Amino acid sequence: MFETLKHIGAYGMLMKRVLSKPERWKIYKVRIIDEMDKLGVSSLGLVILLSIFMGAVICLQTATNIDSPLIPMTLVGYATRESVILELAPTMLSLILAGKVGSSIASELGSMRVTEQIDALDIMGVNSASYLILPKLVSALVFFPFLIIISMVLGIFGGYIVSVGTGILETQDYIDGIHLDFKLYHVFYAMVKTLFFAAIITTVSAYYGYTVKGGSLEVGKNSTKGVVSSSILILVFNYLLTQIMLI
Amino acid sequence: MIELKGINKSFDGVQIIKDVSASFEKGKVTQIIGKSGSGKSVLTKCVVGLHEPDSGQIIYDGQNYSDMRGSERTEIRKSIGMLFQASALFDSLTVLQNVMFPLTMFTDQSKSEMEDRANECLRKVNIIDKGHLFPAETSGGMQKRIAIARAIAMEPKYLFADEPNSGLDPQTAIVIDNLIQEITSEYNTTTVVVTHDMNSVMEVADKIIFIHNGQKWWQGTKEELIRTDNTELQDFVYASKFMKRLRESLLSGS
Ligand SMILES: Nc1ncnc2c1ncn2[C@@H]1O[C@H](COP(=O)(O)OP(=O)(O)OP(=O)(O)O)[C@@H](O)[C@H]1O
Ligand SMILES: [Mg+2]
Repeated sequence: MFETLKHIGAYGMLMKRVLSKPERWKIYKVRIIDEMDKLGVSSLGLVILLSIFMGAVICLQTATNIDSPLIPMTLVGYATRESVILELAPTMLSLILAGKVGSSIASELGSMRVTEQIDALDIMGVNSASYLILPKLVSALVFFPFLIIISMVLGIFGGYIVSVGTGILETQDYIDGIHLDFKLYHVFYAMVKTLFFAAIITTVSAYYGYTVKGGSLEVGKNSTKGVVSSSILILVFNYLLTQIMLI
Repeated sequence: MIELKGINKSFDGVQIIKDVSASFEKGKVTQIIGKSGSGKSVLTKCVVGLHEPDSGQIIYDGQNYSDMRGSERTEIRKSIGMLFQASALFDSLTVLQNVMFPLTMFTDQSKSEMEDRANECLRKVNIIDKGHLFPAETSGGMQKRIAIARAIAMEPKYLFADEPNSGLDPQTAIVIDNLIQEITSEYNTTTVVVTHDMNSVMEVADKIIFIHNGQKWWQGTKEELIRTDNTELQDFVYASKFMKRLRESLLSGS
């Protein structure tokens, strides 16, 4: 418990340094574009693959579980769309990105710490926390929503492929289903969640990397801790935001 | 000149640095020597502000660094060049970009001006046509020299080096030592070098400070070091029996 409070305090202090006004915007612009490439673009392939399969499986499972003739088959498209938009795209994908992006951030910063590269920045008079972490945070906040939108579209498309490919349901039913009772608010809710998750993934794993003490063994340990902590926080915030926004 | 007044530093209740007062003069090389674990690196990190001392004052040319706040400290830090024990080059940047880095952060020079300055610094440390490589693609001795080039890019007033020649063969080590000495006289820097390499001490030290168990145990010149009757210092300098015998024969001979 005391440990946790200490972490929260240290995390808060680090964030204060991260969010202090940057001295040179020009350099930050270059850094942000760099990070977008590193964190976002490189995850695109994974996101595409995952989303299509997620949507396809949901569609299959819902379709095979409907055996009462009283339930309309349009429900399949509706259920696929809702689960993809509300949970699978924003939450599942964020959990996976916490593993991929989070561990790479923590180990990058951790190895910079143990090889004294962060000390070298500090001694030059550079605010190392802001220089290293802020571009990651900004690029995740900008790029993750794109990834999630792509994931939503492809997830729903995955279901469509199933309907066309297997004949388990009429393609027209699926299409009618995904148009049924569409609420834009749900997309907005998913976007808000995504922004929270993006901030959690980048800052929490950056915190664990930035504060590594010791050698390369600790870098590995802290990078695992970063992934675990951000995953737990994602689950907690997912619950809280759902309670606040959907009820 | 840098003055230290009564510096103390503990980690988790263990006192590492004990009431150290000292001064480092402008245009001179002060070498800090001492056994592994005696606190040399911690002391240096206190001086440059990477560690916050528990008590005591650090004064840079009359300005009290210990009392300063963020932005004032940044001004002093821009005039510090530091070489780390493990070089600490940025491994995501090329050699040239490493040397240019402080310039891009703190000056408004154009890209070609910065490149010129960086190449000039690299030439000074005798690294030529290697600017496009990444640090991992260069040797340990080259990395040390690149780190020197980066440290002098902003023409520092203060130069710190933590074991600049550890892990190098004696000849390459002397090259690094001579570079540090050259830079000190050329830029008139206040230079502090941490080392346990006695070769290096004899080559470049204007003043020597011996740290023993976190305390300043002895200070003096090279000549005084040879003739010292301080037991701990003798044990450190003449660690091997061979060297002890050599010293005795030297002193009895002269
Ligand atoms: N960040 C830290 N936290 C806790 N203890 C530390 C820390 N840094 C150093 N120490 C301890 O302080 C003591 C002095 O370490 P320091 O690195 O200054 O030694 P040194 O004289 O530079 O040795 P070497 O010549 O091997 O580099 C050691 O016992 C070390 O364990
Ligand atoms: Mg040391």
